[in-house]
Amino acid sequence: MAREPYRFNTPAGRVFDVLNIVLLSALGVVALLPFVFVTAGSFATEAELASRSFFLWPNTVSLEAYASILTSPTFLRALLTTIAVTAVGTVVQLLLTASMAYPLSKVGLPGRKTLVSLVVITMVFSGGMIPTFLVVKDLGLLDTYWALILPMAINPFSLIIIKNFFQQLPAELEESAKIDGANELQTLWNVILPLSKPVLATFALFYAVGIWNDFMSPLLYLNDNSMWTLQMFLRQVTAATDLSMLESDPSSLPPAQGVKFAVIVVATVPILLFYPFLQKHFAKGMLIGSVKG
Amino acid sequence: MAHVARWRWLYLLLLPGVVYFALFRYGPMYGAVIAFKDYLPFLGVTGSPWVGTAHFEAFFASPDFPRLLGNTLILALLSLLIAFPLTVLVALLLNELRLNLLKRTVQTLIYIPHFLSWTVVASLTYLLFALEIGPLFQALNGLLGTDIDFLSDPAWFRPIIVLQDIWKNTGWGTIIFLAALASVDQEQYEAAILDGAGRFQRVWHITLPSIMPTVVVMLVLQMGQVLNTGFEQIYLMTNALNRQVADVFDTYVYFMGITQGSYSYSTAVGLFKAVVGVVLIFGANWVARRFKQTGIF
Repeated sequence: MAREPYRFNTPAGRVFDVLNIVLLSALGVVALLPFVFVTAGSFATEAELASRSFFLWPNTVSLEAYASILTSPTFLRALLTTIAVTAVGTVVQLLLTASMAYPLSKVGLPGRKTLVSLVVITMVFSGGMIPTFLVVKDLGLLDTYWALILPMAINPFSLIIIKNFFQQLPAELEESAKIDGANELQTLWNVILPLSKPVLATFALFYAVGIWNDFMSPLLYLNDNSMWTLQMFLRQVTAATDLSMLESDPSSLPPAQGVKFAVIVVATVPILLFYPFLQKHFAKGMLIGSVKG
Repeated sequence: MAHVARWRWLYLLLLPGVVYFALFRYGPMYGAVIAFKDYLPFLGVTGSPWVGTAHFEAFFASPDFPRLLGNTLILALLSLLIAFPLTVLVALLLNELRLNLLKRTVQTLIYIPHFLSWTVVASLTYLLFALEIGPLFQALNGLLGTDIDFLSDPAWFRPIIVLQDIWKNTGWGTIIFLAALASVDQEQYEAAILDGAGRFQRVWHITLPSIMPTVVVMLVLQMGQVLNTGFEQIYLMTNALNRQVADVFDTYVYFMGITQGSYSYSTAVGLFKAVVGVVLIFGANWVARRFKQTGIF
Protein backbone atom coordinates (compact mmCIF):
# COMPACT_ATOMS: atom_id res chain seq x y z
CA MET A 1 0.00 0.00 0.00
CA ALA A 2 2.79 2.33 0.87
CA ARG A 3 4.26 2.11 -2.61
CA GLU A 4 1.01 2.91 -4.36
CA PRO A 5 -0.83 5.44 -2.25
CA TYR A 6 -3.55 5.79 -4.89
CA ARG A 7 -4.74 2.25 -4.17
CA PHE A 8 -6.04 3.44 -0.79
CA ASN A 9 -9.68 4.31 -1.28
CA THR A 10 -12.83 5.07 0.68
CA PRO A 11 -16.46 4.20 -0.26
CA ALA A 12 -17.04 7.82 -1.25
CA GLY A 13 -13.83 7.66 -3.28
CA ARG A 14 -15.14 4.61 -5.15
CA VAL A 15 -18.37 6.40 -6.05
CA PHE A 16 -16.27 9.31 -7.27
CA ASP A 17 -14.13 6.96 -9.39
CA VAL A 18 -17.19 5.59 -11.18
CA LEU A 19 -18.59 9.08 -11.81
CA ASN A 20 -15.18 10.24 -12.97
CA ILE A 21 -14.90 7.39 -15.48
CA VAL A 22 -18.38 8.16 -16.85
CA LEU A 23 -17.75 11.90 -17.05
CA LEU A 24 -14.36 11.73 -18.73
CA SER A 25 -15.54 9.09 -21.20
CA ALA A 26 -18.39 11.43 -22.06
CA LEU A 27 -15.88 14.23 -22.68
CA GLY A 28 -13.93 12.01 -25.04
CA VAL A 29 -17.11 11.15 -26.93
CA VAL A 30 -18.14 14.83 -27.14
CA ALA A 31 -14.75 15.73 -28.63
CA LEU A 32 -15.23 13.14 -31.36
CA LEU A 33 -18.98 13.16 -31.95
CA PRO A 34 -19.32 16.21 -34.25
CA PHE A 35 -16.73 14.73 -36.55
CA VAL A 36 -18.36 11.27 -36.64
CA PHE A 37 -21.65 13.00 -37.47
CA VAL A 38 -20.10 15.00 -40.30
CA THR A 39 -18.34 11.95 -41.73
CA ALA A 40 -21.59 9.96 -41.65
CA GLY A 41 -23.43 12.88 -43.22
CA SER A 42 -20.89 13.19 -46.01
CA PHE A 43 -21.73 9.64 -47.11
CA ALA A 44 -25.51 10.10 -46.89
CA THR A 45 -27.97 10.98 -49.63
CA GLU A 46 -29.49 14.47 -49.84
CA ALA A 47 -32.88 12.99 -48.97
CA GLU A 48 -31.55 11.41 -45.80
CA LEU A 49 -29.82 14.65 -44.75
CA ALA A 50 -33.10 16.50 -45.20
CA SER A 51 -35.13 14.00 -43.17
CA ARG A 52 -32.80 12.91 -40.35
CA SER A 53 -31.17 15.45 -38.10
CA PHE A 54 -28.61 13.31 -36.34
CA PHE A 55 -27.07 9.98 -37.17
CA LEU A 56 -23.78 8.16 -36.79
CA TRP A 57 -24.24 5.92 -39.82
CA PRO A 58 -26.18 6.69 -43.02
CA ASN A 59 -29.09 4.42 -44.02
CA THR A 60 -27.94 4.50 -47.60
CA VAL A 61 -24.25 4.95 -48.27
CA SER A 62 -23.85 7.42 -51.09
CA LEU A 63 -20.79 8.93 -52.75
CA GLU A 64 -22.71 11.67 -54.53
CA ALA A 65 -21.36 14.47 -52.33
CA TYR A 66 -17.76 13.43 -53.00
CA ALA A 67 -18.50 12.89 -56.69
CA SER A 68 -19.89 16.41 -56.77
CA ILE A 69 -16.93 18.14 -55.15
CA LEU A 70 -14.27 16.07 -56.91
CA THR A 71 -15.68 17.10 -60.28
CA SER A 72 -15.87 20.77 -59.32
CA PRO A 73 -12.93 22.71 -60.80
CA THR A 74 -13.27 25.36 -58.07
CA PHE A 75 -12.92 22.79 -55.33
CA LEU A 76 -10.11 20.87 -56.98
CA ARG A 77 -8.15 24.06 -57.56
CA ALA A 78 -8.60 25.10 -53.91
CA LEU A 79 -7.50 21.65 -52.74
CA LEU A 80 -4.41 21.49 -54.97
CA THR A 81 -3.51 25.10 -54.12
CA THR A 82 -3.69 24.34 -50.42
CA ILE A 83 -1.58 21.18 -50.74
CA ALA A 84 1.06 23.03 -52.78
CA VAL A 85 1.18 26.10 -50.54
CA THR A 86 1.38 23.89 -47.44
CA ALA A 87 4.22 21.80 -48.91
CA VAL A 88 6.31 24.72 -50.19
CA GLY A 89 5.52 26.88 -47.15
CA THR A 90 6.54 24.21 -44.66
CA VAL A 91 9.92 23.70 -46.37
CA VAL A 92 10.58 27.45 -46.61
CA GLN A 93 9.54 28.17 -43.02
CA LEU A 94 11.53 25.26 -41.60
CA LEU A 95 14.68 26.16 -43.58
CA LEU A 96 14.49 29.80 -42.49
CA THR A 97 13.90 28.83 -38.86
CA ALA A 98 16.66 26.21 -38.69
CA SER A 99 19.24 28.35 -40.49
CA MET A 100 18.64 31.20 -38.05
CA ALA A 101 18.51 28.93 -35.00
CA TYR A 102 21.93 27.40 -35.70
CA PRO A 103 24.09 30.56 -35.49
CA LEU A 104 22.05 31.72 -32.49
CA SER A 105 23.03 28.48 -30.70
CA LYS A 106 26.74 29.43 -30.93
CA VAL A 107 27.50 30.97 -27.54
CA GLY A 108 30.61 32.84 -28.75
CA LEU A 109 28.96 34.57 -31.72
CA PRO A 110 29.27 38.36 -31.33
CA GLY A 111 25.85 40.05 -31.28
CA ARG A 112 24.06 36.81 -30.43
CA LYS A 113 22.53 38.03 -27.15
CA THR A 114 21.11 41.16 -28.76
CA LEU A 115 19.55 39.17 -31.56
CA VAL A 116 17.97 36.67 -29.16
CA SER A 117 16.48 39.56 -27.16
CA LEU A 118 15.13 41.11 -30.36
CA VAL A 119 13.48 37.79 -31.19
CA VAL A 120 11.98 37.43 -27.69
CA ILE A 121 10.53 40.96 -27.87
CA THR A 122 8.44 39.93 -30.89
CA MET A 123 6.71 37.33 -28.70
CA VAL A 124 5.12 40.14 -26.67
CA PHE A 125 4.89 43.06 -29.12
CA SER A 126 3.62 43.05 -32.67
CA GLY A 127 2.85 45.80 -35.13
CA GLY A 128 -0.70 44.60 -35.58
CA MET A 129 -2.90 43.54 -38.46
CA ILE A 130 -2.95 46.73 -40.55
CA PRO A 131 0.78 47.63 -40.43
CA THR A 132 1.59 44.00 -41.32
CA PHE A 133 -0.91 44.18 -44.18
CA LEU A 134 0.77 47.37 -45.44
CA VAL A 135 4.22 45.72 -45.33
CA VAL A 136 2.90 42.80 -47.37
CA LYS A 137 1.26 45.25 -49.78
CA ASP A 138 4.38 47.44 -50.15
CA LEU A 139 6.48 44.36 -50.89
CA GLY A 140 4.11 43.56 -53.76
CA LEU A 141 3.04 40.29 -52.16
CA LEU A 142 -0.72 40.89 -52.27
CA ASP A 143 -2.46 38.29 -54.41
CA THR A 144 0.58 36.02 -54.38
CA TYR A 145 0.89 32.76 -52.48
CA TRP A 146 4.05 34.08 -50.79
CA ALA A 147 1.74 36.24 -48.68
CA LEU A 148 0.47 33.02 -47.06
CA ILE A 149 4.02 31.84 -46.30
CA LEU A 150 6.48 34.68 -45.67
CA PRO A 151 4.76 36.90 -43.05
CA MET A 152 4.66 33.92 -40.65
CA ALA A 153 7.87 32.29 -41.87
CA ILE A 154 9.65 32.14 -38.49
CA ASN A 155 7.68 31.46 -35.35
CA PRO A 156 9.78 33.01 -32.55
CA PHE A 157 8.78 30.27 -30.08
CA SER A 158 9.81 27.50 -32.48
CA LEU A 159 13.02 29.36 -33.26
CA ILE A 160 14.03 29.55 -29.59
CA ILE A 161 13.18 25.90 -28.94
CA ILE A 162 15.20 24.72 -31.96
CA LYS A 163 18.08 27.00 -30.91
CA ASN A 164 18.03 25.46 -27.42
CA PHE A 165 18.03 22.00 -28.97
CA PHE A 166 21.09 22.78 -31.13
CA GLN A 167 22.80 24.27 -28.08
CA GLN A 168 22.63 21.04 -26.08
CA LEU A 169 24.12 18.88 -28.85
CA PRO A 170 27.66 17.70 -27.90
CA ALA A 171 30.28 20.17 -29.17
CA GLU A 172 32.69 17.37 -30.13
CA LEU A 173 30.57 16.51 -33.16
CA GLU A 174 31.22 19.88 -34.71
CA GLU A 175 34.87 19.97 -33.70
CA SER A 176 35.59 16.72 -35.50
CA ALA A 177 33.82 18.08 -38.58
CA LYS A 178 35.94 21.20 -38.36
CA ILE A 179 39.14 19.13 -38.15
CA ASP A 180 38.03 17.43 -41.34
CA GLY A 181 38.03 20.89 -42.92
CA ALA A 182 34.27 21.51 -43.05
CA ASN A 183 32.96 25.06 -42.69
CA GLU A 184 29.86 25.84 -40.60
CA LEU A 185 27.48 25.54 -43.55
CA GLN A 186 28.73 22.04 -44.29
CA THR A 187 28.66 21.12 -40.61
CA LEU A 188 25.05 22.24 -40.30
CA TRP A 189 23.98 20.37 -43.39
CA ASN A 190 26.00 17.16 -42.91
CA VAL A 191 26.17 16.79 -39.13
CA ILE A 192 23.62 18.89 -37.26
CA LEU A 193 20.51 18.59 -39.42
CA PRO A 194 20.63 14.78 -39.74
CA LEU A 195 20.91 14.58 -35.93
CA SER A 196 17.94 16.90 -35.49
CA LYS A 197 15.50 15.09 -37.77
CA PRO A 198 12.90 14.21 -35.10
CA VAL A 199 12.83 17.76 -33.67
CA LEU A 200 12.66 19.34 -37.12
CA ALA A 201 9.92 16.91 -38.18
CA THR A 202 7.83 18.01 -35.20
CA PHE A 203 8.12 21.68 -36.07
CA ALA A 204 7.54 20.93 -39.74
CA LEU A 205 4.21 19.37 -38.74
CA PHE A 206 3.27 22.39 -36.66
CA TYR A 207 4.13 24.73 -39.52
CA ALA A 208 2.18 22.53 -41.95
CA VAL A 209 -0.91 22.49 -39.72
CA GLY A 210 -0.63 26.27 -39.34
CA ILE A 211 -0.56 26.89 -43.08
CA TRP A 212 -3.25 24.31 -43.86
CA ASN A 213 -5.62 25.78 -41.25
CA ASP A 214 -4.84 29.44 -41.93
CA PHE A 215 -7.91 31.48 -42.75
CA MET A 216 -6.80 34.99 -41.83
CA SER A 217 -3.91 35.27 -44.32
CA PRO A 218 -5.90 34.34 -47.44
CA LEU A 219 -8.73 36.56 -46.20
CA LEU A 220 -6.35 39.51 -45.82
CA TYR A 221 -3.98 39.02 -48.70
CA LEU A 222 -5.88 37.29 -51.52
CA ASN A 223 -8.52 39.34 -53.30
CA ASP A 224 -8.53 37.11 -56.33
CA ASN A 225 -11.20 34.43 -55.83
CA SER A 226 -9.49 32.03 -58.21
CA MET A 227 -6.58 31.83 -55.74
CA TRP A 228 -8.74 30.59 -52.86
CA THR A 229 -7.47 28.00 -50.44
CA LEU A 230 -9.50 25.14 -49.00
CA GLN A 231 -10.39 27.06 -45.82
CA MET A 232 -11.74 29.97 -47.89
CA PHE A 233 -13.73 27.54 -50.02
CA LEU A 234 -15.11 25.81 -46.93
CA ARG A 235 -16.18 29.15 -45.49
CA GLN A 236 -17.93 30.03 -48.74
CA VAL A 237 -19.79 26.72 -48.92
CA THR A 238 -20.94 26.39 -45.31
CA ALA A 239 -21.65 29.98 -44.30
CA ALA A 240 -23.91 30.83 -47.19
CA THR A 241 -25.98 32.86 -44.71
CA ASP A 242 -23.21 35.39 -44.25
CA LEU A 243 -23.88 38.30 -46.56
CA SER A 244 -20.43 39.86 -46.46
CA MET A 245 -18.86 36.88 -48.23
CA LEU A 246 -21.44 36.65 -51.00
CA GLU A 247 -20.25 39.78 -52.80
CA SER A 248 -18.63 37.68 -55.46
CA ASP A 249 -19.50 34.06 -55.89
CA PRO A 250 -17.54 32.15 -58.49
CA SER A 251 -18.59 28.81 -57.09
CA SER A 252 -20.34 26.67 -59.62
CA LEU A 253 -21.44 24.22 -56.93
CA PRO A 254 -24.94 23.87 -55.68
CA PRO A 255 -24.43 24.55 -51.92
CA ALA A 256 -26.22 21.31 -51.21
CA GLN A 257 -26.16 19.89 -47.72
CA GLY A 258 -24.01 16.85 -48.51
CA VAL A 259 -21.33 19.01 -50.11
CA LYS A 260 -20.90 20.98 -46.88
CA PHE A 261 -20.33 17.75 -44.97
CA ALA A 262 -17.88 16.40 -47.53
CA VAL A 263 -15.78 19.59 -47.69
CA ILE A 264 -15.44 19.65 -43.89
CA VAL A 265 -14.23 16.05 -44.00
CA VAL A 266 -11.65 16.84 -46.71
CA ALA A 267 -10.40 19.86 -44.74
CA THR A 268 -10.04 17.76 -41.58
CA VAL A 269 -8.76 14.35 -42.71
CA PRO A 270 -5.13 15.41 -43.37
CA ILE A 271 -4.96 16.81 -39.83
CA LEU A 272 -6.29 13.54 -38.41
CA LEU A 273 -3.80 11.54 -40.50
CA PHE A 274 -0.87 13.50 -39.09
CA TYR A 275 -2.34 13.70 -35.59
CA PRO A 276 -0.63 10.54 -34.24
CA PHE A 277 2.78 11.99 -35.21
CA LEU A 278 1.87 15.36 -33.75
CA GLN A 279 0.67 13.83 -30.51
CA LYS A 280 3.87 11.85 -30.09
CA HIS A 281 5.91 15.03 -29.94
CA PHE A 282 3.80 18.01 -28.97
CA ALA A 283 3.77 17.50 -25.23
CA LYS A 284 7.56 17.31 -25.29
CA GLY A 285 7.70 20.38 -27.51
CA MET A 286 5.53 22.37 -25.15
CA LEU A 287 7.52 21.40 -22.11
CA ILE A 288 10.98 22.13 -23.48
CA GLY A 289 9.55 25.42 -24.68
CA SER A 290 10.99 27.37 -21.83
CA VAL A 291 12.76 30.48 -23.10
CA LYS A 292 16.42 30.50 -22.21
CA GLY A 293 19.01 33.07 -23.25
CA MET B 1 36.59 43.23 -38.00
CA ALA B 2 38.63 40.06 -37.63
CA HIS B 3 35.79 38.26 -35.94
CA VAL B 4 33.47 38.93 -38.90
CA ALA B 5 35.81 36.91 -41.09
CA ARG B 6 35.98 34.15 -38.51
CA TRP B 7 32.20 33.93 -38.13
CA ARG B 8 31.31 34.74 -41.74
CA TRP B 9 29.49 31.48 -42.47
CA LEU B 10 27.35 31.83 -39.37
CA TYR B 11 26.48 35.44 -40.20
CA LEU B 12 25.57 34.30 -43.70
CA LEU B 13 23.21 31.70 -42.23
CA LEU B 14 21.76 34.36 -39.94
CA LEU B 15 21.08 36.80 -42.76
CA PRO B 16 17.73 35.46 -44.11
CA GLY B 17 16.29 35.25 -40.61
CA VAL B 18 17.45 38.76 -39.71
CA VAL B 19 15.91 40.11 -42.93
CA TYR B 20 12.69 38.28 -42.04
CA PHE B 21 12.49 39.79 -38.55
CA ALA B 22 13.39 43.25 -39.85
CA LEU B 23 10.76 43.13 -42.60
CA PHE B 24 7.84 41.23 -41.12
CA ARG B 25 8.19 41.72 -37.36
CA TYR B 26 9.93 45.06 -36.82
CA GLY B 27 8.66 46.61 -40.09
CA PRO B 28 5.04 46.54 -38.85
CA MET B 29 6.13 47.85 -35.43
CA TYR B 30 7.65 50.85 -37.19
CA GLY B 31 4.62 51.02 -39.51
CA ALA B 32 2.38 51.37 -36.47
CA VAL B 33 3.42 55.07 -36.34
CA ILE B 34 0.69 55.67 -38.93
CA ALA B 35 -1.65 55.60 -35.93
CA PHE B 36 -0.35 59.17 -35.36
CA LYS B 37 -0.46 60.10 -39.06
CA ASP B 38 -2.92 60.33 -41.92
CA TYR B 39 -1.65 57.45 -43.98
CA LEU B 40 -1.82 58.04 -47.70
CA PRO B 41 -0.62 55.14 -49.87
CA PHE B 42 1.25 57.33 -52.36
CA LEU B 43 3.13 59.16 -49.58
CA GLY B 44 4.01 55.98 -47.69
CA VAL B 45 4.56 55.57 -43.94
CA THR B 46 7.36 58.14 -43.72
CA GLY B 47 5.86 60.79 -45.99
CA SER B 48 2.32 60.87 -44.61
CA PRO B 49 1.51 63.95 -42.47
CA TRP B 50 1.44 63.76 -38.66
CA VAL B 51 -1.92 64.27 -36.96
CA GLY B 52 -0.95 63.61 -33.34
CA THR B 53 -3.53 61.70 -31.33
CA ALA B 54 -6.49 62.64 -33.51
CA HIS B 55 -7.35 59.04 -34.41
CA PHE B 56 -7.26 57.94 -30.79
CA GLU B 57 -9.49 60.85 -29.77
CA ALA B 58 -11.93 60.02 -32.57
CA PHE B 59 -12.02 56.37 -31.47
CA PHE B 60 -12.52 57.10 -27.76
CA ALA B 61 -15.27 59.60 -28.61
CA SER B 62 -17.12 57.24 -30.97
CA PRO B 63 -20.01 55.10 -29.71
CA ASP B 64 -18.11 52.09 -31.08
CA PHE B 65 -15.52 52.32 -28.31
CA PRO B 66 -17.69 51.43 -25.27
CA ARG B 67 -19.48 48.78 -27.32
CA LEU B 68 -16.24 47.09 -28.46
CA LEU B 69 -14.73 47.32 -25.00
CA GLY B 70 -17.85 45.79 -23.46
CA ASN B 71 -18.10 42.98 -26.02
CA THR B 72 -14.41 42.15 -25.74
CA LEU B 73 -14.32 42.22 -21.93
CA ILE B 74 -17.48 40.11 -21.58
CA LEU B 75 -16.06 37.41 -23.85
CA ALA B 76 -12.73 37.50 -22.00
CA LEU B 77 -14.46 37.36 -18.63
CA LEU B 78 -16.62 34.42 -19.68
CA SER B 79 -13.52 32.60 -20.85
CA LEU B 80 -11.71 33.39 -17.59
CA LEU B 81 -14.65 32.39 -15.39
CA ILE B 82 -15.87 29.33 -17.31
CA ALA B 83 -13.26 27.93 -19.71
CA PHE B 84 -10.23 28.41 -17.47
CA PRO B 85 -11.58 26.72 -14.28
CA LEU B 86 -13.01 23.97 -16.48
CA THR B 87 -9.55 23.27 -17.89
CA VAL B 88 -8.08 22.97 -14.38
CA LEU B 89 -11.00 20.77 -13.33
CA VAL B 90 -10.62 18.40 -16.28
CA ALA B 91 -6.88 18.15 -15.59
CA LEU B 92 -7.61 17.27 -11.93
CA LEU B 93 -10.20 14.68 -12.94
CA LEU B 94 -7.80 13.13 -15.46
CA ASN B 95 -5.15 13.03 -12.75
CA GLU B 96 -7.51 11.10 -10.47
CA LEU B 97 -8.36 8.58 -13.18
CA ARG B 98 -6.75 5.25 -12.24
CA LEU B 99 -7.41 3.39 -15.49
CA ASN B 100 -4.35 4.30 -17.53
CA LEU B 101 -5.66 3.05 -20.84
CA LEU B 102 -8.86 5.08 -20.49
CA LYS B 103 -6.86 8.09 -19.37
CA ARG B 104 -4.65 7.98 -22.45
CA THR B 105 -7.63 7.40 -24.75
CA VAL B 106 -9.54 10.36 -23.32
CA GLN B 107 -6.44 12.55 -23.60
CA THR B 108 -5.91 11.53 -27.24
CA LEU B 109 -9.53 12.37 -28.06
CA ILE B 110 -9.82 15.71 -26.30
CA TYR B 111 -6.58 17.08 -27.80
CA ILE B 112 -7.83 16.58 -31.39
CA PRO B 113 -10.14 19.62 -31.70
CA HIS B 114 -7.18 21.91 -30.96
CA PHE B 115 -5.68 21.02 -34.34
CA LEU B 116 -8.80 21.72 -36.39
CA SER B 117 -9.07 25.10 -38.08
CA TRP B 118 -11.54 27.71 -36.87
CA THR B 119 -13.13 27.43 -40.30
CA VAL B 120 -13.87 23.75 -39.62
CA VAL B 121 -15.14 24.52 -36.09
CA ALA B 122 -17.36 27.31 -37.40
CA SER B 123 -18.67 25.07 -40.19
CA LEU B 124 -19.43 22.30 -37.71
CA THR B 125 -21.30 24.85 -35.59
CA TYR B 126 -23.30 25.99 -38.62
CA LEU B 127 -24.29 22.41 -39.39
CA LEU B 128 -25.12 21.46 -35.80
CA PHE B 129 -27.23 24.59 -35.22
CA ALA B 130 -28.66 24.80 -38.76
CA LEU B 131 -32.20 26.19 -38.87
CA GLU B 132 -34.81 23.38 -38.47
CA ILE B 133 -32.49 20.45 -39.38
CA GLY B 134 -29.44 20.93 -37.15
CA PRO B 135 -29.23 18.30 -34.38
CA LEU B 136 -28.39 20.86 -31.71
CA PHE B 137 -31.03 23.24 -33.07
CA GLN B 138 -33.63 20.54 -32.51
CA ALA B 139 -32.27 19.24 -29.23
CA LEU B 140 -31.86 22.62 -27.53
CA ASN B 141 -35.12 24.07 -28.80
CA GLY B 142 -36.90 20.87 -27.76
CA LEU B 143 -35.37 21.14 -24.31
CA LEU B 144 -36.23 24.82 -23.91
CA GLY B 145 -39.60 24.59 -25.68
CA THR B 146 -38.55 27.42 -27.99
CA ASP B 147 -37.92 28.07 -31.67
CA ILE B 148 -34.66 30.04 -31.57
CA ASP B 149 -32.30 30.50 -34.50
CA PHE B 150 -29.14 30.22 -32.41
CA LEU B 151 -26.83 31.35 -35.21
CA SER B 152 -28.41 34.76 -35.70
CA ASP B 153 -29.92 35.47 -32.28
CA PRO B 154 -27.61 38.04 -30.63
CA ALA B 155 -28.40 36.60 -27.18
CA TRP B 156 -26.87 33.27 -28.24
CA PHE B 157 -23.70 34.65 -29.80
CA ARG B 158 -21.64 34.61 -26.59
CA PRO B 159 -22.77 31.19 -25.34
CA ILE B 160 -21.87 29.70 -28.74
CA ILE B 161 -18.44 31.38 -28.75
CA VAL B 162 -17.73 30.07 -25.24
CA LEU B 163 -18.97 26.62 -26.23
CA GLN B 164 -16.67 26.53 -29.28
CA ASP B 165 -13.78 27.73 -27.18
CA ILE B 166 -14.36 25.01 -24.60
CA TRP B 167 -14.74 22.29 -27.22
CA LYS B 168 -11.64 23.32 -29.14
CA ASN B 169 -9.21 24.25 -26.37
CA THR B 170 -10.08 22.67 -23.01
CA GLY B 171 -8.38 19.36 -23.76
CA TRP B 172 -5.23 20.97 -25.07
CA GLY B 173 -5.12 23.36 -22.12
CA THR B 174 -4.94 20.45 -19.65
CA ILE B 175 -1.46 19.44 -20.90
CA ILE B 176 0.37 22.09 -18.92
CA PHE B 177 -1.55 21.29 -15.71
CA LEU B 178 -1.10 17.54 -16.17
CA ALA B 179 2.63 18.15 -16.42
CA ALA B 180 2.51 20.08 -13.15
CA LEU B 181 0.41 17.33 -11.53
CA ALA B 182 2.87 14.65 -12.61
CA SER B 183 5.65 16.33 -10.66
CA VAL B 184 3.80 16.43 -7.32
CA ASP B 185 5.82 14.59 -4.67
CA GLN B 186 4.14 11.20 -4.11
CA GLU B 187 5.46 10.89 -0.55
CA GLN B 188 3.16 13.68 0.55
CA TYR B 189 0.18 11.49 -0.40
CA GLU B 190 1.55 8.55 1.58
CA ALA B 191 2.02 10.74 4.64
CA ALA B 192 -1.50 12.12 4.24
CA ILE B 193 -2.96 8.62 4.02
CA LEU B 194 -1.19 7.67 7.26
CA ASP B 195 -2.78 10.75 8.79
CA GLY B 196 -6.17 9.46 7.64
CA ALA B 197 -6.83 11.93 4.83
CA GLY B 198 -9.48 10.87 2.28
CA ARG B 199 -9.38 11.39 -1.49
CA PHE B 200 -10.96 14.83 -1.44
CA GLN B 201 -8.82 16.03 1.44
CA ARG B 202 -5.72 14.92 -0.42
CA VAL B 203 -6.77 16.79 -3.55
CA TRP B 204 -7.66 19.88 -1.53
CA HIS B 205 -4.60 19.99 0.73
CA ILE B 206 -1.86 18.51 -1.49
CA THR B 207 -2.76 18.45 -5.18
CA LEU B 208 -4.31 21.90 -5.47
CA PRO B 209 -1.61 23.79 -3.54
CA SER B 210 1.06 21.98 -5.58
CA ILE B 211 -0.29 23.17 -8.92
CA MET B 212 -1.24 26.67 -7.73
CA PRO B 213 1.96 28.28 -9.11
CA THR B 214 1.16 26.85 -12.56
CA VAL B 215 -2.46 28.01 -12.28
CA VAL B 216 -1.32 31.52 -11.37
CA VAL B 217 1.18 31.67 -14.24
CA MET B 218 -1.45 30.53 -16.73
CA LEU B 219 -3.89 33.05 -15.28
CA VAL B 220 -1.31 35.82 -15.70
CA LEU B 221 -0.69 34.76 -19.29
CA GLN B 222 -4.41 34.79 -19.96
CA MET B 223 -4.81 38.24 -18.38
CA GLY B 224 -2.39 39.56 -20.97
CA GLN B 225 -4.59 38.04 -23.67
CA VAL B 226 -7.82 39.60 -22.38
CA LEU B 227 -8.24 41.84 -25.41
CA ASN B 228 -7.14 39.13 -27.87
CA THR B 229 -10.45 37.52 -28.65
CA GLY B 230 -9.18 35.45 -31.55
CA PHE B 231 -9.89 37.12 -34.87
CA GLU B 232 -10.76 34.04 -36.91
CA GLN B 233 -13.29 32.59 -34.47
CA ILE B 234 -15.22 35.84 -33.99
CA TYR B 235 -15.03 36.82 -37.66
CA LEU B 236 -16.38 33.46 -38.78
CA MET B 237 -19.33 33.61 -36.36
CA THR B 238 -20.23 37.25 -37.07
CA ASN B 239 -23.20 37.97 -39.30
CA ALA B 240 -25.42 40.93 -40.13
CA LEU B 241 -27.82 40.11 -37.29
CA ASN B 242 -25.40 39.72 -34.38
CA ARG B 243 -22.89 42.48 -35.20
CA GLN B 244 -23.98 44.55 -32.19
CA VAL B 245 -22.68 41.95 -29.70
CA ALA B 246 -20.14 40.25 -31.97
CA ASP B 247 -17.85 43.16 -32.84
CA VAL B 248 -14.58 43.07 -30.88
CA PHE B 249 -11.35 45.04 -31.31
CA ASP B 250 -9.77 42.50 -33.67
CA THR B 251 -12.69 42.24 -36.08
CA TYR B 252 -13.31 46.01 -35.88
CA VAL B 253 -9.71 46.66 -36.97
CA TYR B 254 -10.32 44.35 -39.94
CA PHE B 255 -13.63 45.91 -40.97
CA MET B 256 -12.39 49.49 -40.56
CA GLY B 257 -8.92 48.91 -42.01
CA ILE B 258 -9.21 46.28 -44.73
CA THR B 259 -12.87 46.59 -45.74
CA GLN B 260 -13.18 50.37 -45.43
CA GLY B 261 -9.57 51.41 -45.97
CA SER B 262 -9.22 53.60 -42.84
CA TYR B 263 -5.64 52.43 -42.32
CA SER B 264 -4.53 55.01 -39.76
CA TYR B 265 -7.70 54.90 -37.68
CA SER B 266 -7.73 51.10 -37.49
CA THR B 267 -4.00 51.03 -36.70
CA ALA B 268 -4.71 53.38 -33.78
CA VAL B 269 -7.38 50.96 -32.52
CA GLY B 270 -4.94 48.04 -32.87
CA LEU B 271 -2.18 49.96 -31.09
CA PHE B 272 -4.49 50.87 -28.23
CA LYS B 273 -5.36 47.21 -27.86
CA ALA B 274 -1.70 46.12 -27.94
CA VAL B 275 -0.62 48.69 -25.33
CA VAL B 276 -3.44 47.76 -22.96
CA GLY B 277 -2.46 44.11 -23.45
CA VAL B 278 1.16 44.74 -22.46
CA VAL B 279 0.10 46.82 -19.42
CA LEU B 280 -2.26 44.01 -18.38
CA ILE B 281 0.32 41.26 -18.60
CA PHE B 282 2.89 43.20 -16.58
CA GLY B 283 0.20 44.30 -14.11
CA ALA B 284 -1.06 40.77 -13.62
CA ASN B 285 2.49 39.57 -13.11
CA TRP B 286 2.98 42.22 -10.41
CA VAL B 287 -0.22 41.12 -8.66
CA ALA B 288 0.87 37.48 -8.84
CA ARG B 289 4.16 38.37 -7.15
CA ARG B 290 2.38 40.24 -4.38
CA PHE B 291 0.51 37.02 -3.63
CA LYS B 292 3.96 35.44 -3.16
CA GLN B 293 3.41 33.21 -6.16
CA THR B 294 5.96 32.85 -8.89
CA GLY B 295 5.40 35.35 -11.65
CA ILE B 296 6.56 34.66 -15.16
CA PHE B 297 9.15 37.45 -15.32
